Amino acid sequence: MNVNQSAPPVPPFGQPQPVYPGYHQSSYGGQPGSTAPPTHYGAYNGPVPGYQETLAPGVSRAPPSLGAPPATTAQTPCGQAAYGQFGQGDVQNGPSSTVQMQRLSGSQPFGSAPLAPVVSQPTVLQPYGPLPTSSQVTAQLAGMQISGAMAPAPPTLGLGYGPPTSLASASGSFPNSGLYGSYSQGQAPPLSQTQGHPGAQPPQRSAPPQASSFTPPASGGPRMPSMSGPLLPGQGFGGPPVSQPNHVSSPPPQVLPPGTQMTGPPGPPPPMHSSQQPGYQLQQNGSFGPGRGPQPNYGSPYPGAPTFGSQPGPPQPLPPKRLDPDAIPSPQLNELPPQQKTRHRIDPDAIPSPIQVIEDDRNNRGSEPFVTGVRGQVPPLVTTNFLVKDQGNASPRYIRCTSYNIPCTSDMAKQAQVPLAAVIKPLARLPPEEASPYVVDHGESGPLRCNRCKAYMCPFMQFIEGGRRFQCCFCSCINDVPPQYFQHLDHTGKRVDAYDRPELSLGSYEFLATVDYCKNNKFPSPPAFIFMIDVSYNAIRSGLVRLLCEELKSLLDCLPREGRAEESAIRVGFVTYNKVLHFYNVKSSLAQPQMMVVSDVADMFVPLLDGFLVNVNESRAVITSLLDQIPEMFADTRETETVFAPVIQAGMEALKAAECAGKLFLFHTSLPIAEAPGKLKNRDDRKLINTDKEKTLFQPQTGAYQTLAKECVAQGCCVDLFLFPNQYVDVATLCVVPQLTGGSVYKYACFQVENDQERFLSDLRRDVQKVVGFDAVMRVRTSTGIRAVDFFGAFYMSNTTDVELAGLDGDKTVTVEFKHDDRLNEESGALLQCALLYTSCAGQRRLRIHNLALNCCTQLADLYRNCETDTLINYMAKFAYRGVLNSPVKTVRDALITQCAQILACYRKNCASPSSAGQLILPECMKLLPVYLNCVLKSDVLQPGAEVTTDDRAYVRQLVTSMDVAETNVFFYPRLLPLTKSPIESTTEPPAVRASEERLSDGDIYLLENGLNLFLWVGASVQQGVVQSLFSVSSFSQITSGLSILPVLDNPLSKKVRGLVDSLRAQRSRYMKLIVVKQEDKLEMLFKHFLVEDKSLSGGASYVDFLCHMHKEIRQLLS
Amino acid sequence: MATYLEFIQQNEERDGVRFSWNVWPSSRLEATRMVVPLACLLTPLRERPDLPPVQYEPVLCSRPTCKAILNPLCQVDYRAKLWACNFCFQRNQFPPAYTGISEVNQPAELMPQFSTIEYVIQRGPQSPLIFLYVVDTCLEEDDLQALKESLQMSLSLLPPDALVGLITFGRMVQVHELSCEGISKSFVFRGTKDLTAKQIQDMLGLTTPAMPMQQARPQEHPFVSSRFLQPIQKIDMNLTDLLGELQRDPWPVTQGKRPLRSTGVALSIAVGLLEGTFPNTGARIMLFTGGPPTQGPGMVVGDELKVPIRSWHDIEKDNARFMKKATKHYEMLANRAATNGHCIDIYACALDQTGLLEMKCCANLTGGHMVMGDSFNTSLFKQTFQRIFSKDFNGNFRMAFGATLEVKTSRELKIAGAVGPCVSLNVKGPCVSENELGVGGTSQWKICGLDPTSTLGIYFEVVNQHNAPIPQGGRGAIQFVTQYQHSSTQRRIRVTTVARNWADAQSHLRHIEAAFDQEAAAVLMARLGVFRAESEEGPDVLRWLDRQLIRLCQKFGQYNKEDPTSFRLSDSFSLYPQFMFHLRRSPFLQVFNNSPDESSYYRHHFARQDLTQSLIMIQPILYSYSFHGPPEPVLLDSSSILADRILLMDTFFQIVIYLGETIAQWRKAGYQDMPEYENFKHLLQAPLDDAQEILQARFPMPRYINTEHGGSQARFLLSKVNPSQTHNNLYTWGQILL
Repeated sequence: MNVNQSAPPVPPFGQPQPVYPGYHQSSYGGQPGSTAPPTHYGAYNGPVPGYQETLAPGVSRAPPSLGAPPATTAQTPCGQAAYGQFGQGDVQNGPSSTVQMQRLSGSQPFGSAPLAPVVSQPTVLQPYGPLPTSSQVTAQLAGMQISGAMAPAPPTLGLGYGPPTSLASASGSFPNSGLYGSYSQGQAPPLSQTQGHPGAQPPQRSAPPQASSFTPPASGGPRMPSMSGPLLPGQGFGGPPVSQPNHVSSPPPQVLPPGTQMTGPPGPPPPMHSSQQPGYQLQQNGSFGPGRGPQPNYGSPYPGAPTFGSQPGPPQPLPPKRLDPDAIPSPQLNELPPQQKTRHRIDPDAIPSPIQVIEDDRNNRGSEPFVTGVRGQVPPLVTTNFLVKDQGNASPRYIRCTSYNIPCTSDMAKQAQVPLAAVIKPLARLPPEEASPYVVDHGESGPLRCNRCKAYMCPFMQFIEGGRRFQCCFCSCINDVPPQYFQHLDHTGKRVDAYDRPELSLGSYEFLATVDYCKNNKFPSPPAFIFMIDVSYNAIRSGLVRLLCEELKSLLDCLPREGRAEESAIRVGFVTYNKVLHFYNVKSSLAQPQMMVVSDVADMFVPLLDGFLVNVNESRAVITSLLDQIPEMFADTRETETVFAPVIQAGMEALKAAECAGKLFLFHTSLPIAEAPGKLKNRDDRKLINTDKEKTLFQPQTGAYQTLAKECVAQGCCVDLFLFPNQYVDVATLCVVPQLTGGSVYKYACFQVENDQERFLSDLRRDVQKVVGFDAVMRVRTSTGIRAVDFFGAFYMSNTTDVELAGLDGDKTVTVEFKHDDRLNEESGALLQCALLYTSCAGQRRLRIHNLALNCCTQLADLYRNCETDTLINYMAKFAYRGVLNSPVKTVRDALITQCAQILACYRKNCASPSSAGQLILPECMKLLPVYLNCVLKSDVLQPGAEVTTDDRAYVRQLVTSMDVAETNVFFYPRLLPLTKSPIESTTEPPAVRASEERLSDGDIYLLENGLNLFLWVGASVQQGVVQSLFSVSSFSQITSGLSILPVLDNPLSKKVRGLVDSLRAQRSRYMKLIVVKQEDKLEMLFKHFLVEDKSLSGGASYVDFLCHMHKEIRQLLS
Repeated sequence: MATYLEFIQQNEERDGVRFSWNVWPSSRLEATRMVVPLACLLTPLRERPDLPPVQYEPVLCSRPTCKAILNPLCQVDYRAKLWACNFCFQRNQFPPAYTGISEVNQPAELMPQFSTIEYVIQRGPQSPLIFLYVVDTCLEEDDLQALKESLQMSLSLLPPDALVGLITFGRMVQVHELSCEGISKSFVFRGTKDLTAKQIQDMLGLTTPAMPMQQARPQEHPFVSSRFLQPIQKIDMNLTDLLGELQRDPWPVTQGKRPLRSTGVALSIAVGLLEGTFPNTGARIMLFTGGPPTQGPGMVVGDELKVPIRSWHDIEKDNARFMKKATKHYEMLANRAATNGHCIDIYACALDQTGLLEMKCCANLTGGHMVMGDSFNTSLFKQTFQRIFSKDFNGNFRMAFGATLEVKTSRELKIAGAVGPCVSLNVKGPCVSENELGVGGTSQWKICGLDPTSTLGIYFEVVNQHNAPIPQGGRGAIQFVTQYQHSSTQRRIRVTTVARNWADAQSHLRHIEAAFDQEAAAVLMARLGVFRAESEEGPDVLRWLDRQLIRLCQKFGQYNKEDPTSFRLSDSFSLYPQFMFHLRRSPFLQVFNNSPDESSYYRHHFARQDLTQSLIMIQPILYSYSFHGPPEPVLLDSSSILADRILLMDTFFQIVIYLGETIAQWRKAGYQDMPEYENFKHLLQAPLDDAQEILQARFPMPRYINTEHGGSQARFLLSKVNPSQTHNNLYTWGQILL
């Protein structure tokens, strides 16, 4: 939409036009009160209202004020400050801006761009400072404008400046743009403005008056694209009706006036508001439209907003006064000092906020079930809790797409550069409210399939000739309906029994496979689990072996079972190893287990058959005896060397000998340096980082493991690896087999029973108990026109179409990329059918089918309106993480940035309303793309910090490969939850805040989680009572840093926090160990690493900086 | 010739030596004309209750190439305290300890009655006996159970300080660790992969980095080998339990398949294990197998039942796919074991063949036992096995280990070779002949396992030239030096020194003729024949034997041309042709009606038994029992089969009691139970008692067959007797048979 996404967002929201008025209000009324989160917004609102009000009056004032005082005063200070800080560099983008700004003008990459904006912003802020005195509103406006002004000023000062500014101004003249711009830079969305800023500002000046009405929206908009929405409402409220009207209406009117000057920018907003302009921005908006949801959110945020204001600290008073300009100013005044520091930055609140988007979606779409009947619907975000009703398409829990509307031609697709991909999780677990797929038994004839393309019967198949034949929806082949399957059609051409048959009415269902679908034409036997335990010195000393053996005794009762089966069909076996392997005969008839040592590791084999894999209940006594004895037997071992490949080989051979599929649980501690196949050497070399050879760190040392993995896959032997390294173990190589066999890897560095017991046991329990499909083959069929061309995930492929998975559990995801090989048809859309053939844990062979129909479009705007950023990021991260195997990391990063820029540039060029080049306009659906992408770029794999080990990187790389959308979402953009903000009584999760240090208040406590880590951050000035009730110590200083368990205390806060921790853990597939971090403590570095909107120590850009950079890239592409 | 017979017998009793010729032809030319080579049967450890070993070390000739041991034949100068070696004529000083000797105070080794004397070496380590059981688990349940019991029983027979080890095999090979508590532990090896000794030791964790392989160092042993070879007193209970828990090989054997049996690898591991831990220490690897090796190195037959194991027919047609490779494998193992002084026993019990043909060298080259039976659950096996652990009058096992036999000759003689359970040590010397008979080219042989009856045939060549006659009254001398580890773990040396007169064959042919030992000659010729039969075609060997016999008769017989009835042989040769006749028919040279395994088995025993037993093997003994008098030996001829006789035949491998037609009918009628026919009862009992006596003494236990006229088992008798009466020449006999 508009540069300032804000604008677009607004409009989109507005778009609901019809709703609009009501919307705002309604939302307003309700929301303000309700929404706590809006705190941020609050601030917004605050200003906004101020703006609006001021606008009229302020306009005049502002300009003047701006003109005179700000420019000089503000600028100078700014400049100085900026400089000073700049020099320091990292501290703030803003500061440097001045300098950089100039460069920027020259067109600079990252820094410069951000800087530029920053500058403007800082200026803006400064203006605030001064302005506030007069009046907040003015201040803000002034700020806005000032920034503009400032910018202009600098230009005058700075050589480069001038021109861009002016230009920008021209383009961005629109208040929106202008305002946004100033924000936007920082805050991307608003106005592309970074440059626009300088330029924009001037325009603003001019515009301000006009825009006065505008400005507010602008301001609103700028703040947060998401915010913008809220702002509007807020405004509406505050000056509410007026403001809104202003907003809405104003834009148009303004448009006109601005139109003259800045038609472009204003344009966008108007459309949004006025549905009339639809074609134009409507579409875009349309996309927003969905975002519409936000409006309500906005509303809600709004209310929060007030609180928001409070967040900074003093703002609290604001909330009530949001609307009251005066009130606002005062806080600002108060804040002045702190602000000065930050003032050089772009206002982070003005750039698209993931939190807001998530919150909006949650509020809008969380309440009603998602019904899958309609083709091409974009499902709610992964962060939203929603129910799914399967009415013919697979639930988004099974399949999510980057876009639900596919370009009809490959040219379009190429132009847009939006990857077409589906993230498929075939065995996803469903919430208890949703039924798992029906199992269809077609008897001996097996499932009905198309004769040509072999697609399975699905709801999209077209029955013709009175039901005697059906036309395949994938390849159009006409097939006869077998007599036993015949059924009459009703008047609509539907089979009469359509609703009695899952395969004709549901998106997901299962077929019972016939013997033709089984290996060697024999029904499989129940799978087996083999526990393979490292008993070398390290494993014994750390207490791992004892712990594990103890746990296994009870865990063996919890093996996965099918349905309501009384006992699990799975058999178990045990192996221990160091340099040699020890197999155990635990046959039920033995009095004592027998140990069989195989030292021929070069040529591994299984020394026994009978008695190795046993039924737990039958052999319980022997197994217990074994598990008791293992820790004793090796208690005084001195063997430090281990083997690895032979262990896997042994497990695989054992399964082969038993003729079943199964899973190996490997518990391994060290680099396998003993003489054996798969022997590894320590090749960790940090010097390779950032060189062309860095990729070798991610590649396996030897090809032996690939070969081994291939054999494992052929046998249906899935490998789960638990690593307990004290030092480098070459995860990149060790993970090859788990990765290719669909297994999981867990890593517990420096494992110590006291500290890591809970985490390990929890992971182990979950891993052992989870339902797994074995010996699986997955195939994705598509309707003519597109084709699955690339696959990402933990699996093996021996040809280009079949995804072979030795094991597949409910956490594993396969990302599939599609490419055109023909034209698609808008009417028929595009179909996906994912068929997974697998063996259930009871040994039943089944086929699980997921179908999904997508829309096709001839207009790019449709594509952009139906995208899902989270999925996109999932794909891009996997793509990039695979890329590091073959290309230097830098190349991979650049490619990501380029692609992102291309996507956005294409949008800008083809879908957004004409606007100043200085504006950054993001599609509503993708407004989070930059922030998320930045997180990907900053991730350990692509930009390692000094403290990140090679193993960690390889580990993460491996993990991400099979993550689903929800996991990548939180992994790349961690959730940061304030704990003491919301009332203790509230049972819901507190609203998250953005992952940035400046969002942390030192009087508060926060939880941060990313799916792998969980931190509890304690501000230095947290109330003593809180400390007492949480930690049972009397003061902040007495809290143990690094604490991993919260004391169990009987008070509401403690209960609530612990409850929250538990519920967070329950949401994730891996146990997150809690780490308590105190503000200013040395552990805080670790914590800060996850504040992804900030600049990272390893050189990762801050959100604002990146946005600026992205804007610059886009501009380059467009020019 | 009673004198010669006595002389021979005396010599045999004293020295355990029997020569084919007791007066030696004095030149090479004459010797070759004698047809039967100058050779002897030597029983190195013949039991001599009257010969207590002396507790000091022998005195050696100081000439480095000679080193003969002081013996009664040496010239001694008591005053100068010098002695002259009777082999090289070197004059030697007596060692200081002998200062007190004089003509009246002779050391034992100088007394003529001590031509055989045994020394006990006091220095050097005493290593415990080692028994390593290698047990096949691919057995039927009954068999395995019986075997387990036998093995458990054997533990009680072992000396408490003996080291024992256990390896079991089937599809895999398991080396059991014997010292574990709780969980029983074993190392497992793939049955299809041959491993070098080094690999085996690595995998068993036997190699300690800084320990170079060297001669046995007893101190190190307990440490290094403690896991797999343990003193029986320590792990008696453990091992008994372990054996008790042994299960049949659990791998499924599908219809139409043989179980996969990794005998080759199991043996290889056993050899490797001992090689690494106890080189040059007496040890016994005891292989118990119930079928042919079917996989891995040393496999003899595939696992497809539809492909039968090789027969002689297949071998002649060169159709035995695995034979050569397997034989090579076992030969390699046998040689390694022999090098380290370990012997390998094979106890094969199965109805079908078990691959003894391929594995025979393991026992043959190392002096191990070979026992073949139908099942481990038979008294044949059980008693045979028990007998291995029998003890002599001193309470010591009748077994010796790691022996080296050295032969020294006086100058007119050279050593041509040996036939017996030995391997050549390849020690060349002046007394080694270039013409080989048996295992030649050496003057020393290694015999890893010996018992008091183990007998070698040793062949000599007279090298004295015809034109350099030996002075009248000259004597040739031979010294046999056997160093071995006694079962009491002492090292001992037994020295036998013999001498015979030379005679000029032209002038004293009668003399020589009279001193011919036809029994020894028959056995020695038979050994040569059997040795040849191992490598040559059967008919060639028979032809060779025939020719030798003809030449002998030509030389020593008296006859008129064209008159067969005029042929006469002197008494000392009279039985020889008969022996040859039965030898030709014996399973040692005839393979018809014998499987390759049986042939190997028979030949194995033939090559190591003493003269008496060997003769029984060549010509079974037949006794006849009747009311007419005491039992009498009768001709091994069909004419000896009479209705009113009971026959007892001893072929060494079988003992057959055969009731004549009438006797059988009487017994059927129950006369033996009637008091008035008690004599009949006694008659029936007599052969049984005699058979029992033989059974008690013999190793291995013969197959005991009690049959009667018309019984199916009577074939054992009928196949042995000389078919002088057949349907061709005795009508009635044929009728009777019908």
